[in-house]
Amino acid sequence: MNIEVSRRRFLQLAGAGAAGTAIGALGFAEAEAQVSAHVKPFRLVQTKEARTTCPYCAVSCGMMVYAAPNKASNGKLEVVHIEGDADHPVNRGTLCPKGAAAIDYIRSATRVKTPMYRKPGTAKFEPVTWDFAMERIAKLMKEDRDANFVEKNAADTTVNRWTTTAFLSGSSVTNETGWVTYKVARGLGLLQIENQARI
Amino acid sequence: MSSLGPTFGRGAMTNSWTDIRNTDLVLIMGGNAAEAHPCGFKWVTEAKAERGAKLMVVDPRFTRSAAVADHYAPIRPGSDVAFLSGVVNYLLSNDKIHKEYVRHYTNASYLVKEGYAFNEGFFSGYDESKATYDRSSWEYEIGPDGYAVRDMTLEHPRSVFQLMKKHFAVYTPEMVNRVSGTPQDRFLKVCEWIASTANGERAMTIMYALGWTQHSHGAQNIRTAAMIQLLCGNIGIPGGGVNALRGHSNVQGITDVGTLTAAIPGYLNLPTETEPTLESHLGKRTFKPLQANQTSYWQNYRKFYVSFLKSFYGAKATPENSFGYDWLPKLDVPYDCLRMFDLINQGKTTGLICQGFNPLMAIADSNKSAAGLAKLKWLVSIDPIETDTARFWENHGEFNNVDPAKIQTEVFMLPVTSFAEEAGSITNSSRCISWKWQAADPYHDSRTDVVILADLFNRIRKLYDTQGGKGAEPLMAVDWSYKNPAEPHADELLRELNGKALVDLKDASGKVTRQAGQQLASFGEMRDDGSTDGSMWIYTGVYGPSGNLSQRRDNSDPSGLGVYGNWGFSWPANRRIQYNRASADPEGKPWSERKKFMYWNGERWTGPDVPDYVPTIPPERATGPFIMNPEGVSRLWVRGLMADGPFPVHYEPFESPVTNPVFPKLKGNPAARIFERDRPSFGNAKEFPIVATTYRLVEHFHYWTKGVHMNAVVQPEFFVEMSEQLAAEKNIKHGDVIRVWSKRGSVKGKALVTKRLKPLTIDGKTVHYVGLPLNFGFIGEARKANPINGLTPPVGDANSQTPEFKAFLVNVERVATPVA
Repeated sequence: MNIEVSRRRFLQLAGAGAAGTAIGALGFAEAEAQVSAHVKPFRLVQTKEARTTCPYCAVSCGMMVYAAPNKASNGKLEVVHIEGDADHPVNRGTLCPKGAAAIDYIRSATRVKTPMYRKPGTAKFEPVTWDFAMERIAKLMKEDRDANFVEKNAADTTVNRWTTTAFLSGSSVTNETGWVTYKVARGLGLLQIENQARI
Repeated sequence: MSSLGPTFGRGAMTNSWTDIRNTDLVLIMGGNAAEAHPCGFKWVTEAKAERGAKLMVVDPRFTRSAAVADHYAPIRPGSDVAFLSGVVNYLLSNDKIHKEYVRHYTNASYLVKEGYAFNEGFFSGYDESKATYDRSSWEYEIGPDGYAVRDMTLEHPRSVFQLMKKHFAVYTPEMVNRVSGTPQDRFLKVCEWIASTANGERAMTIMYALGWTQHSHGAQNIRTAAMIQLLCGNIGIPGGGVNALRGHSNVQGITDVGTLTAAIPGYLNLPTETEPTLESHLGKRTFKPLQANQTSYWQNYRKFYVSFLKSFYGAKATPENSFGYDWLPKLDVPYDCLRMFDLINQGKTTGLICQGFNPLMAIADSNKSAAGLAKLKWLVSIDPIETDTARFWENHGEFNNVDPAKIQTEVFMLPVTSFAEEAGSITNSSRCISWKWQAADPYHDSRTDVVILADLFNRIRKLYDTQGGKGAEPLMAVDWSYKNPAEPHADELLRELNGKALVDLKDASGKVTRQAGQQLASFGEMRDDGSTDGSMWIYTGVYGPSGNLSQRRDNSDPSGLGVYGNWGFSWPANRRIQYNRASADPEGKPWSERKKFMYWNGERWTGPDVPDYVPTIPPERATGPFIMNPEGVSRLWVRGLMADGPFPVHYEPFESPVTNPVFPKLKGNPAARIFERDRPSFGNAKEFPIVATTYRLVEHFHYWTKGVHMNAVVQPEFFVEMSEQLAAEKNIKHGDVIRVWSKRGSVKGKALVTKRLKPLTIDGKTVHYVGLPLNFGFIGEARKANPINGLTPPVGDANSQTPEFKAFLVNVERVATPVA
């Protein structure tokens, strides 16, 4: 359980050339200090490391993601490096051409940065606030639900269903997201719910 | 999944990625693991290098997996059932089966009741007007004791074993050659190698993916493979199994959670409108054992169902209101994705929300989808990147030739965090639930899916609260008592999936076994009286009293068998190999030292894994190893559990170059999912003589990575793979721009003329085929292309409704020779 700590500690020691290593204990402190003066600190020392899972196929390879604050965006932590997790029993540090390039997915040119809205009949998206988008979607959904929700079927059985809106759920989201998705979609009475399991 | 469940009891990959290292023989068919699952494929390489395992690949193309195989056999797309049935026939007619395994661990000995028949490809009970089967004649003969009748000698003419021999006899090597085009010597070598594992000494694993599922008879492809593994005794043992290599990183978890039209988490069923009360639903699902002393674990269905309802409706779910059963939506028909897009196309759907889903690219018959999207009043895309679907209204010339002014759909693109910007758990293909930690802050203004959906739900509920409206009561009944209702925490949600005791739970003697408020350690603690909750019973244990086990990162492997029992948590109950009691003989001893895994030590079941069995049941009780099934054994004969038959049959694809050589009267799977108004969109072999199949490239993942710089650089454009013979016939040269069209649509791309594909002789006729990579579209950095599903037919499997992407008909022609 402490693999992460020891790896980090190791990197710090290696990068900063701190005393207390075996060489230091043997009396080579001065020589080591001279060597370490020329050693560039390991470039990931200043980053935050986290273990994650590759978003692509269902081998679900372990990944180590390194993030650093970006001054240009108010010190927000941004991913600067990704590599395979050597401790992960399935992929053992390897990644395929997709996983190895996953950082380009995070900063894809087509990454959506802010809520976008396309008015009927127009030829472009325009940025809108979260509040506008969410209020509008909530209103559109309620309109349709009020118009088409079926409380009882022809046989007078309580059916509480809403069949005129559809929800396609993602299969790379977390289990927890999946559960919230389920709860929201079913809670609204939707029956048209699908994910990528079939295709 | 819809064939593994009926066969073994649970619809999921039987073994694990790391278990593949224990195998002696690998069959890759209906998949291309070296290309589509490269980091999982390494365990095949390891088995080859360390154990001398052999790899066989059966595929229409000489794939990257084939390139490192010890044996390769070509096959016509869509003819896998015929090929695999040929293997079944070989094993049965040459008596190359693991007899004791088959006798004790399968339903080979069960008698099918009188009245069952099979004629010219049709089973008894077919109703042509409805295109469905009445499955009542596919059941067992039940004895006076209420149990199914068996003949352990396997000699009775109505025993499953004898019916099987008769049913598969037609699939001779000659017939396989006629149907599949596979040369007989190559086919027989596959049979011989498979037969070498039918003994408890050696193991074979089968690895497949969408190459088997994406057919109008996809579930039966997998069924036939599962039968082969049962005949060889390769289920429940290390290095064995039928291993479904699944697509997305968490498609297993999301299938478990059940965001599917007819599902409740943990493979429970959403009620239909013919089940007006909770008891009417549960009463149909008692899972009474069909043999004495069987576990038939689904007998606990009602405990899981009530615990789900307690999680869903919280304190509002009471015994008096049947735990809120009335509030659940009730199905009239299942709304699978084919029906969903059929309704959208008919203009019957108002709005569509796509969460990490690009249906314009992913659903069959893209032109039908595109026309449908334009009829929606509104569309919401919740995705980290822009999708072709979100921009379906935008003109991209020949690749998406629409007039935005004519499309009145209101469209939203909501920015959502990427995989690295959120925390939570993911379940890999082999059922292992692992936590991931948030690595970075949300990109720009993006928010997590949880925050977006909570916001939407809270806003809608507030509107109902202030304005009232239809169906307010069931909506307001949903429990949303999270610490922060605007942002339920991943930790909180996983606890909810696991479940807890709501009052002190006591055993029969009155002793408290679990205190109120404590997390449950096992689904065995769940109750049907409302005293426990837990939204998904199969995950119970992942977040028990000792904490979040999905966060475990101990990668030690004391047995050396790749079990890794303290890494994450593998459902169910942290079992790594499903049905592992079958790794021992009926007396509880390992079948062989070489394959030793779980065994009876005189007091309990032990071994490197968690037994998939009640650990203290002694062998003499003869409780079967397939504990989910009321029979206690696996099913070679699936009774009425599959829509298109208790045994597999070779059905031609809906668009086929030949008449069915086995059963000429059969035109496609008679129970396939098809809508009448789509029938005119099917082409015939006269107009479209070439078979097409779609596939994935190692550099790309579905339709996402065309928007990822590095991947768009290394594999920049769509191409069409074809044989030298077809190229010569059509006067096409390598690199020429060609057009490929079906009855439904047309695409353009460069020709890749290769020796990897060769025409096959099918029933005396030369059949050409082309390979179409599916990863391209009109949004992203890669060169623009038409969606490949513009060509594919809107017909789905009879059980899973998965569309037939792997075998359909097209024609090809040269358009131009490029200058450069």
